[in-house]
Amino acid sequence: MKKEFFEISKLLKKNSKVLDVGCGDGELMKYITENITENVRGLEISKNNIQKCIAKGLTVIEGDAEKDLRQFPNSSYDFVILSQTLQAFLDPENVINELLRVGKKAIVSIPNFGHWRVRLNLLFKGQMPITENLPNEWYNTPNLHMCTIRDFVNFCNKKKIKIDCPNLFYVNLFSELGIFIIEK
Amino acid sequence: MNKIDKVKKIIVEKPLKLDCGKTIKDFPLAYETYGKLNDRKDNAILIFHALTGDQFASGTNPITNKEGWWNYALGPGKAIDTNKFFVICANVIGGCMGSYGPSNIGDNGKPLGTNFPVITINDMVNAQYNLLDFFKINKLFSVIGGSMGGMQVLQFVSNFPEKSHTAIPIACTASHSAQNIALNELGRQSIMADHNWMDGFYVENKKVPDKGLAVARMAAHITYLSKKGLQEKFGRKLQERDDLKFGFDADFQIESYLRYQGSVFVDRFDANSYLYITRAMDYFDLTKQFNGNLSKAFEKTNSKFFVISFTSDWLYPTSENRDIVIALNSISKDVGFIEITSDKGHDSFLLDVPDFLSAVKNFLETSYQKLK
Repeated sequence: MKKEFFEISKLLKKNSKVLDVGCGDGELMKYITENITENVRGLEISKNNIQKCIAKGLTVIEGDAEKDLRQFPNSSYDFVILSQTLQAFLDPENVINELLRVGKKAIVSIPNFGHWRVRLNLLFKGQMPITENLPNEWYNTPNLHMCTIRDFVNFCNKKKIKIDCPNLFYVNLFSELGIFIIEK
Repeated sequence: MNKIDKVKKIIVEKPLKLDCGKTIKDFPLAYETYGKLNDRKDNAILIFHALTGDQFASGTNPITNKEGWWNYALGPGKAIDTNKFFVICANVIGGCMGSYGPSNIGDNGKPLGTNFPVITINDMVNAQYNLLDFFKINKLFSVIGGSMGGMQVLQFVSNFPEKSHTAIPIACTASHSAQNIALNELGRQSIMADHNWMDGFYVENKKVPDKGLAVARMAAHITYLSKKGLQEKFGRKLQERDDLKFGFDADFQIESYLRYQGSVFVDRFDANSYLYITRAMDYFDLTKQFNGNLSKAFEKTNSKFFVISFTSDWLYPTSENRDIVIALNSISKDVGFIEITSDKGHDSFLLDVPDFLSAVKNFLETSYQKLK
């Protein structure tokens, strides 16, 4: 399993209610179900992935986070997870607001555009960076709204969303991935 | 008709108050079973059939000698695996395969015809509930149905919230749309316009409104397919001729196909049953039963739902299936949902659509494992 998923799982509380937005093939959900809480649901856009989730015995709804989070009631989950898809939405601000409405807490992970490798790439090559976490060319990347860890923290501060990120300078330079717990 | 007397049936002695106000009792309910009920009695599934279906979902229908309507999905090793599950399927009341319907004989010794009471989806479900008592099943493992069968699934869970662990409503709606009422009305008017219909008393007059019923079936059949599916299967292909004949015979294959579908249908289905069952579908509005709040219908249940729709189904489109998901989700019920990609239209749930069949199989089997 991806290291990121272990880190996310560690942030969850036993027997809490969890919604995984963009749950993919259900790898994280399955781990959570077996180790932390059975009360896990998923929202996923890819039919192929949903089939894989059903085969794992997971409860998943086909839908698009940009419009289908609306049907979930306020504060109906203890944790809502959004793993590395924020940058791919047309309106990430709206998605964040929806996560915070549906979940008492949201766990968001983002590929960090401020990582030193990304910075060097742009500085010396003068090209959009291609790294392990950002493997696509500019013309075929699904990522519409890339941001750095610092951008994300600034955004949360500006919108009065609670976020905790100590050593921001260091973290923004050396982390390829940012994982945050945010709440209203 | 003699053959139909031999199908399995229970006589429901308990009075059943119908939505129309009338009470019926001592009425027959025909059913068939597949697989074996285990000792724990926890592997029972109740399947609800659609408008023109019957209790013979799998194997060979002994009355028509045709394949069961859900042969792709139901049987040993199939999506609904009869090696594991005990499956019950009943003929709905109003039907013509042995259950209480308009061809039953009334007190005057003549077939009921249009003296049969107007029935609803709610009445159908309440009648079938008696099968749980008959088989001494306390709680079903699942209730499953497509189209009108899906409506029965929703009504069943609403009426008996603790009587099924899981529920799979497929290609259906919680509230019959204006378009679907219109299409059903087209079918009914076609039957009633046939002078052999005789206000519904054709049996005693030794007539059959087969032309009207065939046209009703032809019109309905188009709605079960998709434009793309029709185009790919038939296009403008001609029927056993090299060129147009400048007449009104079936020049095109699609015409010939529809005529055939109409003609075989009249051999197996009763025109009055068609009227009554389409009426029951039109009256179905679960949302209205709960004063405009569909979520209230599911408030008391802890059933695990799996809602399925099909991309090319324009009769019960994804949006209407999604409304069911939204109603369940908004009260945090356990609900999964997938829209299956298929060009086969509304009929997809009856056909060999591997993604659909594997989804049903995986849902049932993983859910059953958790139950144990």
